[in-house]
Amino acid sequence: MSNLLALAGVNTHIGHYHILQGVDFVVPHGGLTVLLGRNGAGKTTCLRTIMGLWKASAGRIDFDGADISSRSTPAVAQLGIGYVPESMGIFAGLTVRENLTLAAREGPIDTRRLDWMFGFLPALKKFWHLPAGHLSGGQKQMLAIARAIIEPRKLLLVDEPTKGLAPSIIAHMVEAFRELKRTDTTILLVEQNFDFARALGDTVAVMDSGRIVHSGSMRELADDEAQQQKLLGLSLDAHQ
Amino acid sequence: MSQTKDALRVPGPDKIPLALIPVIALAALPLIPSLPTWVTLTVAGLAMGMMIFIMASGLTLVFGLMDVMNFAHGAFITIGAFVATSVLLPLAGWTQTDSLWMNLAALLPAILAAMAVTGALGLAFERVIIKPVYGQHLKQILITMGGLIVAEQSIHVIWGPDIIALSKPATLRGSFIFGDIAIEKYRVLAVIVGLAVFAAMFLVLNRTRVGLLIRAGVEDSEMVESLGYRIRRVFIGVFTAGSALAGLGGVMWALYQETVNSAMGMQVMILIFIVIIIGGLGSVGGCFIGALLVGLVANYVGFLAPKIALGSNILLMVLILLWRPQGLYPVAKR
Repeated sequence: MSNLLALAGVNTHIGHYHILQGVDFVVPHGGLTVLLGRNGAGKTTCLRTIMGLWKASAGRIDFDGADISSRSTPAVAQLGIGYVPESMGIFAGLTVRENLTLAAREGPIDTRRLDWMFGFLPALKKFWHLPAGHLSGGQKQMLAIARAIIEPRKLLLVDEPTKGLAPSIIAHMVEAFRELKRTDTTILLVEQNFDFARALGDTVAVMDSGRIVHSGSMRELADDEAQQQKLLGLSLDAHQ
Repeated sequence: MSQTKDALRVPGPDKIPLALIPVIALAALPLIPSLPTWVTLTVAGLAMGMMIFIMASGLTLVFGLMDVMNFAHGAFITIGAFVATSVLLPLAGWTQTDSLWMNLAALLPAILAAMAVTGALGLAFERVIIKPVYGQHLKQILITMGGLIVAEQSIHVIWGPDIIALSKPATLRGSFIFGDIAIEKYRVLAVIVGLAVFAAMFLVLNRTRVGLLIRAGVEDSEMVESLGYRIRRVFIGVFTAGSALAGLGGVMWALYQETVNSAMGMQVMILIFIVIIIGGLGSVGGCFIGALLVGLVANYVGFLAPKIALGSNILLMVLILLWRPQGLYPVAKR
């Protein structure tokens, strides 16, 4: 399987802090890759560096065959990369409709795609005219995901979508991502909830102290408790 | 079922700040000796508020969208006034006849010239002065204050240090008389222009894609960029438009005062800052309500207790911030 995204020796400095210290990993085309790691390992920085929100001080980020490490954030997004930040980044003062209208950069919203999205994100239809600031946490997360996929994207970067969500909402989120996986979208998911990651992930990379310390298939890691203990310092079953 | 209904109920705009305008106006009614005086003061307050809104609206958007506190905004007000003066004085023959069309033939080019010059200067100012200090608030304050001083001194060089008298066009002088009530024609014009500017901004912000981008950018410009939009271009457009509006406000203010001087922009900046803080930094609706409140309070207190007129708007700001610390219409920020 070819790689859609490849990071090689990526370093990122934020002020005086050296956060990413030579990150190397790949995201195969068409699958869901999970980026695991403890708090502060550099997972969010990694996504932000890919998006160009923080500039890589060294290294190369190849997307679809082109180096994007020096491109601006809008230029990266225009290549077909959707981004759902940890904060969700929804526009609270804009309605659900306006949030999605803005995200549909190419023109009016494709109604067939919208109907498809309503199938697995039904709350959006219900709250179509409501300011997004009035939605619950789970609904905001669904809106953030919907906004990232309102137009077909080649790659979706999602940062901890289950953070702070109730288990019933997480179960719903799993279904939503399964539906997304049926499309051609490649997904890079930063996650700490291992059940969620295991249910969806095809490949996995584990970060620690700004470096990738493991990469491989999710199935192998999920079946290897000793490896989990070694990489994350605790059983991944407890890491939920 | 009722919970679902509650969830689906689209919340309307917060009307409490809007209600403050009639509440303050009606509260002043028993304190003012006669109804005609009250009407005159109320119209004067609304007109003053509209002019402050025109001048302040650009600044609040610039702050909300770009996180830039531009102390040089007053310079655009002053320059707008001087540019219009340079157009109007040679056309004194047209402004001093009783023909409305001749008056407009002089006034419209003066307004357009003022807006064009201040818009162009705003564009250059953003590119040269503001761009290098994005995200650095202390440097922004210092460099924009420096820009204001340079602009004032440049005005001295170009137009001289003296106060210049600027008469209103003949058809805008005098008052409309309704029984015992006299309403200055120019104040009516100021209200009309202010409402037109507010309506235009409201339509642009709420009915266009650019407006959607601006509203989203005020909340979270980084996310707008992550969606693939070059928000910096929107920044430039908003800064240019805000500067042009300051120029328009400068023309209106100069004709209201019938004089032009190099410090007029700086003098009115205090009121503008009060207005944008009261309204909620970045909120155009809040700026509109805040400007009207400031205009009304300034006129009522100026009439009832002239000695405390200067401090009345600061007191108004303090009271509003005690009630709503983020201003009347706080803008959601990430």
